[in-house]
Amino acid sequence: MTTDINTKSPEAAAMPPSGPAPVKRVPRGHKRLLTRRDRITLSFMAGVPTVLHVLLVWVTALASIALAFTSWDGIGFDSIKWVGLDNFKQLFTDNPQFWPAVEHNIIWFVVLILIPTPFGLFLAVQLDKNIRFSRVYQTAFFLPVVVSLAVTGFVWQLVYNPDTGLINSLIGANKPGHYIDWIGDPKLNLWAVLIAASWRHTGYMMILYLAGLKGVDPSLREASSLDGANEWQTFKNVIFPTLRPTNTVVLVVTIIEALRAFDLVFVFNKGAQGTELLSILITNNIIGESSRIGYGSAIAVVLLVISLAVIIPYLIATFRKERRA
Amino acid sequence: MRDLSSSLPSPSRRGVLKGVGGAALLGAGIPLLSACGSSGSSSDPKTVSLGSNASDAVPKKAFAEIYAAFQKQSGITVDVNTKDHNTFQEQINSYLQGTPDDVFNWFAGYRMQFFAAKNLASPIDDVWDKIGGNFPDAMKKLSKGADGKYYFVPLYTYPWAIFYRKSVFQQHGYEVPTTWDQLVALSKQMKKDGLVPIAFGDKDAWPAMGTFDQINFRLNGYDFHVELMAGKAAWTDAKVKAAFDHWAELLPYHQDGFMGRTWQDAAQTLVSKKAGMYLLGSFVAQQFTNKADLDDLDFFAFPEINPAYGQDTVEAPTDGFMVSKAPKNKAGVTKLLEYLGTPAAEQIYLKADSSVVAASSKADTSSYTPLQKKAYEMISGAKSLTQFMDRDSRPDFTSTVMQPALQKFLQNPKGVDSLLASIERQKKTIFASS
Repeated sequence: MTTDINTKSPEAAAMPPSGPAPVKRVPRGHKRLLTRRDRITLSFMAGVPTVLHVLLVWVTALASIALAFTSWDGIGFDSIKWVGLDNFKQLFTDNPQFWPAVEHNIIWFVVLILIPTPFGLFLAVQLDKNIRFSRVYQTAFFLPVVVSLAVTGFVWQLVYNPDTGLINSLIGANKPGHYIDWIGDPKLNLWAVLIAASWRHTGYMMILYLAGLKGVDPSLREASSLDGANEWQTFKNVIFPTLRPTNTVVLVVTIIEALRAFDLVFVFNKGAQGTELLSILITNNIIGESSRIGYGSAIAVVLLVISLAVIIPYLIATFRKERRA
Repeated sequence: MRDLSSSLPSPSRRGVLKGVGGAALLGAGIPLLSACGSSGSSSDPKTVSLGSNASDAVPKKAFAEIYAAFQKQSGITVDVNTKDHNTFQEQINSYLQGTPDDVFNWFAGYRMQFFAAKNLASPIDDVWDKIGGNFPDAMKKLSKGADGKYYFVPLYTYPWAIFYRKSVFQQHGYEVPTTWDQLVALSKQMKKDGLVPIAFGDKDAWPAMGTFDQINFRLNGYDFHVELMAGKAAWTDAKVKAAFDHWAELLPYHQDGFMGRTWQDAAQTLVSKKAGMYLLGSFVAQQFTNKADLDDLDFFAFPEINPAYGQDTVEAPTDGFMVSKAPKNKAGVTKLLEYLGTPAAEQIYLKADSSVVAASSKADTSSYTPLQKKAYEMISGAKSLTQFMDRDSRPDFTSTVMQPALQKFLQNPKGVDSLLASIERQKKTIFASS
């Protein structure tokens, strides 16, 4: 009979301590919602991830911010020397690679948002029409995303190799006097890498938009075609506005991709002149023997500040929207 | 019934969660543990642990043969931990601070002195009392720390020089240049004859340092090279500028498209006789897999630029062994190093790897190839030996400043002045730290 009472009053069941009537079995439930074991388990569950998170995210982030104001070669903690803003001063004035790196990160973002993103949207719209072999195309375009970026870099480096690469062999640019140095020429190499990056990013964007398009209510299309709108008008005025949440995700993903761009270039030419990136400068300064950990951390802090400047407004906007909803 | 079913699942759910928590702990523990290094098995007197960077097949096998011979002789087993060559180099800091092996592979020169000065290596003067007679003075100098104690046992060395094909020189009637003007004239002639005068690939950013070293110590002498590398001489000095001017004069005769080419690919142009000359270490011979091609390969020392210094300096990077700060088996380590310092050990190594020569002057040269014999004569006849820009100077300076700077020079040889000023500014801050 007790079960009957429970099912009849779900509100009471949701707040067991308030209603005295249905609770006959667990009289002590008023005082303690959780047994000791429960609490230990819970604190363990919450505690372990918290400790890991604090240790691996916050402590390391704060430590690297602190290290940015020091000079340290990574050998023994007593060799850490406080140097104030020196690292940043050097970075902004003396380092010939820093400003090009910032510029390249920005170019990276602009190119990704201007070329592969619209192209990915275009592909998604085409594939959304249930054309034949749609799955095959999807797989083909998405494949570069699945492949590790290091592998992508390696493959494209073979394509661009000045002596034996595919492109130079095809157009006969591997003879003395006619060389096109895709990997080394600072006027060319960033664009060469960006083609590889775009090749991958297109597939990524296509899948994101495809998922977004699947969520568009078909009745909207029907209504707009009844109103006499042609395909382009339907897309521009009906479909695209409903893709707003997807666009936000796309924007954030692209910004993150541009900021964390590293593996492709590192495999391609280790960030030589023309392809300097912030992430590569950090790695070059920190990793390796007799490392300049303080200096590298200063670059990392710059990257962190840029990331925060982008992410914080986004989070504020999102939370505000959620609160309104 | 209801009671049973409601009480049963909850403990089991808890159990599952506990398991998950435990797994998370384990998962967190594994990387922490594995970061602690992989030695510690060798506290018994019959084993010496050794950290090796010889990850390539040829040297790995050659080293293994040395250790096998050592075990036969002394009964002490060498427990080798081999790491990928570049990874070993990148992790050397944390490796030496953690729980390093008793003995480890390393390079002579500033890179050795750096760790000696940081107290991450043990002095081995006792070993050198025994093996000192086996080595020429230049090698002794290379094995000492800044405090004058020995920290290093050299095993092999190899020269940097200009490599060429005998048949190509014969065919065109070229002669080996001995002065700078002859080198430039020869390059000009080769270009006319449809050859790439000087093969070049600087994708990995270090080959250019070799070219700079040669021009610099030919023009300004060994002492200036040492001062410049140690951060004492200024990069804005007119002498440095002159070295870059010489380089700029020779640059038009270098192979096109070098920024995207690896040294292996550049070496292939010499193999296929498309290029006339190639300035590199003698390891270039590894690319000559065909016996006939290898026999056709020859080299000459970089030509004289300044008569005051002639060709008295040879760039001969030397590899060998160091002892970590607190070896577990000190007696065994001493025995091993004494063995590694003998000509016998070197000969075992050279049998397997013929692109290098023994560091010892006592080693038997009768089994050397003609190329090795010539390399040996060149090194033993040198007044001074340099290591290489990135071995003679602070590695953080060469990798973060010099590599990009030299690549920049190669792209734009006209902007030397501002480039040198920038190098000097960055050098000051790096050498001022620690």
